[in-house]
Amino acid sequence: MSTGTTDRLGMALNVATVAASEPERRRRRPLSTAGAWLIFIIGFLYFFVPLFATFEFSLRAAKRDPVTDELIKPSLAAYENTFADPAFWSSLAYSFTVGLITIAVSLLLIVPTAYWVRLRVPRLRPAVEFVTLMPFVIPPVILVFGIIRIYSGPPLALTNTPNGSDILLVGAYVVLSFPYMYRAVDTGLAAMDVRSLTEAAQSMGAGWPRIIWQVIFPNLRAAILSGAFLTLAIVIGEYTIATFLVGTKPFGPYLSLLGQNKAYEPAAVSLISFGITWAAMGMLALLGRGTRGRVQVAGAR
Amino acid sequence: MTTLEAPGTRPAPRRLPAWVGVIPFFLFAIAFLFLPIAFLVIGSFQTIQGEFTLQNYASLTDNSYIQTAYVNSIQISAITAILGGLFGFLLAYAVILGGLPGFLRDALMTFSGVASNFAGVPLALAFVFTLGNVGLVTMWLEDIFGFQLQESGFTIYSIAGLAIVYMYFQFPLMVLIIAPAIDGLRRDWREAAENMGASGFQYWRYVALPILMPSILGTTILLFGNAFGAQATAFQLTGGTIPIAPVVIGAQIRGDVLRDPNLGYAMAMGMVAIMGVSITIYTVLQRRSERWLRS
Repeated sequence: MSTGTTDRLGMALNVATVAASEPERRRRRPLSTAGAWLIFIIGFLYFFVPLFATFEFSLRAAKRDPVTDELIKPSLAAYENTFADPAFWSSLAYSFTVGLITIAVSLLLIVPTAYWVRLRVPRLRPAVEFVTLMPFVIPPVILVFGIIRIYSGPPLALTNTPNGSDILLVGAYVVLSFPYMYRAVDTGLAAMDVRSLTEAAQSMGAGWPRIIWQVIFPNLRAAILSGAFLTLAIVIGEYTIATFLVGTKPFGPYLSLLGQNKAYEPAAVSLISFGITWAAMGMLALLGRGTRGRVQVAGAR
Repeated sequence: MTTLEAPGTRPAPRRLPAWVGVIPFFLFAIAFLFLPIAFLVIGSFQTIQGEFTLQNYASLTDNSYIQTAYVNSIQISAITAILGGLFGFLLAYAVILGGLPGFLRDALMTFSGVASNFAGVPLALAFVFTLGNVGLVTMWLEDIFGFQLQESGFTIYSIAGLAIVYMYFQFPLMVLIIAPAIDGLRRDWREAAENMGASGFQYWRYVALPILMPSILGTTILLFGNAFGAQATAFQLTGGTIPIAPVVIGAQIRGDVLRDPNLGYAMAMGMVAIMGVSITIYTVLQRRSERWLRS
């Protein structure tokens, strides 16, 4: 009995030393590791089966062999048709342009504001944060509802002119970009000594535009890029706001229309769209290395 | 910004107060956020003649079409939030503490970042190619198991189908937000519990879960809001045949399906209210959990 107790105590001590020296995962029982694998595999399948199905579907389009006149299946015909479609390129170009303008406007608004709030008017911080979080409360469909109603009549009937609609689209996207742009820029500002940099620049005679453009912007490069890539990922595929404001010109509505009219091409374009999201998020992951827990989420559409 | 006094080395007389610097930002927010929302708010309290009324909000509960839309929306959002939250938590737990190789964790985090942003039209299409009438999995089920998905009564173009699609962006969002919280569980807590003789179950029941609970609950509520506001995915998948709140609003923008513009504004405000409540609860709970998990 007494030996049994000391043995158990010894075992307990052993376990305690192991626990202290080894990472926790080493001690897991095989059963729970099997469970962990099972959950991971389910997650993996959930993630990849729809992508694989889309890929498989995109290859179902048949192609006629120019020599033997036989139908070849599977083929890359869906991709060839897509790349031959001028609307594909024009929608992509339109969305990229809108995305880049959105990023530029968003940066021009957010960087000086976040900088100024940090340096001179910290009491306005809650107000600015409140505004930047509003897009989480206002779904895109509600935002575009309000924008269309207020700008479709006098005094500012912007929805009736093509350029007016483009401006409204950029405006709405800039609002959508506020949460992550502000978060990224504010985190970037927190990582540097804003006050010393400003004073150093001032003592050398720099004015405000010059401080922001030549001192603050360069120091925020990583933060700006991560905000920019996330914004791009959202704008490229966005459907709701785009379709109500400018119809089928952008990439999202183009894909939607394609999905109603064609069989296999939508699969090809969906995969391309996924690839763009992946590329943007991949850039973000590269930039955000070592900063765990940063929210990289745009929200559902 | 350029209208501000240039900062000089000498103490220049101040002509403008410092808050002037944030005016462009607030002007922009007013033009593209607050004015549009204010228009909807005001409209929701007006009759078609422009008189003040509360009738629009009263009508929300009378109108059976609007009711169905809200109920469908809340159902889909709640189901996918709870299931997505549960599965997302298990997945994050499995990868962080479950004894899987470390590289899977980074892979999962990257996938989650992509998947939680891969919503809308392409996502809906991807599931049509998977579980639609001639989708890959539909055909597999038929070829391998002789199982006719359509005859089983399931279709991807239904509320259940929509829930399956929404899960694709719901559980990755849970993974992204809950992973830092699981990381924040300190080993000393577990060791302290074990030193006092706690079993693994007791550690979870009395230490880990109470610490994680605000995060788990808060994120589940965030997932609810995340699904509740989504319009494009549902619209692409069902073409508007299943009334859910954001799709009805979309139809209202196109052509006044409710035959009362002001009722539409009230319905939009109802959505904003639900979103606002869920985001507020999330923020409060997240703040609570940070108390413990700050490391």
